[in-house]
Amino acid sequence: MEEKILTKLFGLKDSHTIDVYLKHDGYKTTRKVIMEMKPGEVLEEVKAANLRGRGGAGFPAGVKWGFVPQNIDKPKYLCVNADEGEPGTFKDRYIMNHDPHLLLEGIIIASYAVGIHKAYIYIRGEYENVALRMEKAIEEAAARRYLGKNILGKGFDLDIYVHRGAGAYICGEETALLESLEGKRGNPRMKPPFPASIGLFGCPTVINNVETLSNVPFIIQNGAGKFTRNGLLKDGGTRLFGVSGMVEKPGIYELPIGTSLKDIIFKYAGGMKKGKKFKAVIPGGMSAPVLTADEIDINMDFDSLVEAKSMLGSAGVIVIDEETSMLDVLKTIAKFYSHESCGQCTPCRIGNAWIRKIVERIAEGKGKPGDIDNIHRLAKNMLQKTLCPLGDAAAMPILAITEKFRKELESYIGN
Amino acid sequence: MNPEYSDIRKKKIDELISGYPERRAAILPVLHITQKEFGQITSAEEKLVAELLDIKPIEVHEVVTFYSMFNQKKVGKYHIQICSNLTCTLLEAGNLLEYLQNKLGIKPGETTNDEKFTLSTVECLGACEEAPVMMVNFDYHGHLDKKKIDKLLDNLK
Ligand SMILES: Cc1cc2nc3c(=O)[nH]c(=O)nc-3n(C[C@H](O)[C@H](O)[C@H](O)COP(=O)(O)O)c2cc1C
Ligand code: FES
Repeated sequence: MEEKILTKLFGLKDSHTIDVYLKHDGYKTTRKVIMEMKPGEVLEEVKAANLRGRGGAGFPAGVKWGFVPQNIDKPKYLCVNADEGEPGTFKDRYIMNHDPHLLLEGIIIASYAVGIHKAYIYIRGEYENVALRMEKAIEEAAARRYLGKNILGKGFDLDIYVHRGAGAYICGEETALLESLEGKRGNPRMKPPFPASIGLFGCPTVINNVETLSNVPFIIQNGAGKFTRNGLLKDGGTRLFGVSGMVEKPGIYELPIGTSLKDIIFKYAGGMKKGKKFKAVIPGGMSAPVLTADEIDINMDFDSLVEAKSMLGSAGVIVIDEETSMLDVLKTIAKFYSHESCGQCTPCRIGNAWIRKIVERIAEGKGKPGDIDNIHRLAKNMLQKTLCPLGDAAAMPILAITEKFRKELESYIGN
Repeated sequence: MNPEYSDIRKKKIDELISGYPERRAAILPVLHITQKEFGQITSAEEKLVAELLDIKPIEVHEVVTFYSMFNQKKVGKYHIQICSNLTCTLLEAGNLLEYLQNKLGIKPGETTNDEKFTLSTVECLGACEEAPVMMVNFDYHGHLDKKKIDKLLDNLK
């Protein structure tokens, strides 16, 4: 039986309430941190655990926190990325619905380590009910003095606010999120400067994903060694694999990092829906390049997927069956990115719009010879040519489909 | 007549604004409340929000037009938003969209004559494990099929 770091309370009655949370050792780690530990000690433990970001890029959280300047007379902020816009991803919703206090505890400990007194949870606008649940949890925690002024009487202050987005995938990108939180259009910023030095309202800012922060209480309570014993040494812990699409049992599976993709699909998620034949899988949210049947014998960790020229990303696994046309898949992908490009950078704005037009034309039966080459060329011209990684996020899956399913795509084009 | 907030919402707005070091940072939460109050965000509401946040109406308009959740024209009592992203399409959301169009006699972006229903398509709602999914106002409905849609709509008064 695998150890559960994040889903321990899932399924318990009223797991979202502070009473149930406290009954299961909840806020014990907060007590330990605030009463006994120095901020530097917390930081060192998270660094030792090599906790990699769960939002998509996999950057080690401890290192990121370490970038924040310590002796500075500006406020510092924590932004919790709960935008969850990557298609195929629904894990953060599970954490916030089933165990909101786990996230709050992660936020408290991270803020303590970095010296932050204000945190914003930026949650996608559609999750109104989830936002209400988080707000309720914040109230509960404040009533017990785990939040607010002078937490547990030890002089540390922290306020957490829930901030709802309003329907824009790009606002999950960290600098667009900052712009959006400041009350502007969500146009990504140029980096550097990085948010750790100049972030929200011009102040040093840490941005972390919901799942990333929810791992922090376990790491501090049990030590970095115990964390890396789940998963891999350099990529420790578990992931919430969100499996959807043509499988028998779609859902969230908390499994050690490095679990085989084949097992995730065929063992945990119950195999193909209605016995259909497997065709392809998108392993880490829509931006992750598609893998075919002979590529799924792979361990789900950051490095293995990079080696396979794909991406663990948000660990949203979308399973595609044989009866699905890859042109339809490509059409959905192209529609999404052309709709969600913020329009700031020409290659992404124009490139995605053209790709969409060509794919839709092919789907109408009006494809021309050379169309697939053109799509491929347009996608290639977006790679690494934009301010933020949305250009890449669109180009990578489109390139992979045009390369791996070229024959099938060509077959939709008459001569 | 100029739009005005109810007292409760006005209080909520003041409370919200106090959570940020700059007033304008509260714009998205304030716009959500504004849409709840007035049902839509047209130039009259934009002006109201601008005054509240000490910014220009055009700055509010810039924000309203960037985000997909703000209705710039009136929507029906029930706003049906069906997901048209990948997992949902794999599981036949396309057919269900067609079914909804025929049932309601409107296309995406349109509202029924009695102003009861507005139909839209949306990108991934973050509930793919329950695909196909749609939202009716802010309630999620998953594992949809035609029968379930019939029952759901019949129960909306
Ligand atoms: C277009 C785009 C969309 C993104 N959407 C999300 C998102 O919805 N949630 C998220 O946590 N990270 C998202 N990210 C990644 C963030 O930019 C950032 O890397 C992450 O929030 C950092 O937190 P982490 O280190 O804890 O993963 C997105 C990135 C890009 C380029
Ligand atoms: S694809 Fe429809 S909810 Fe994710």
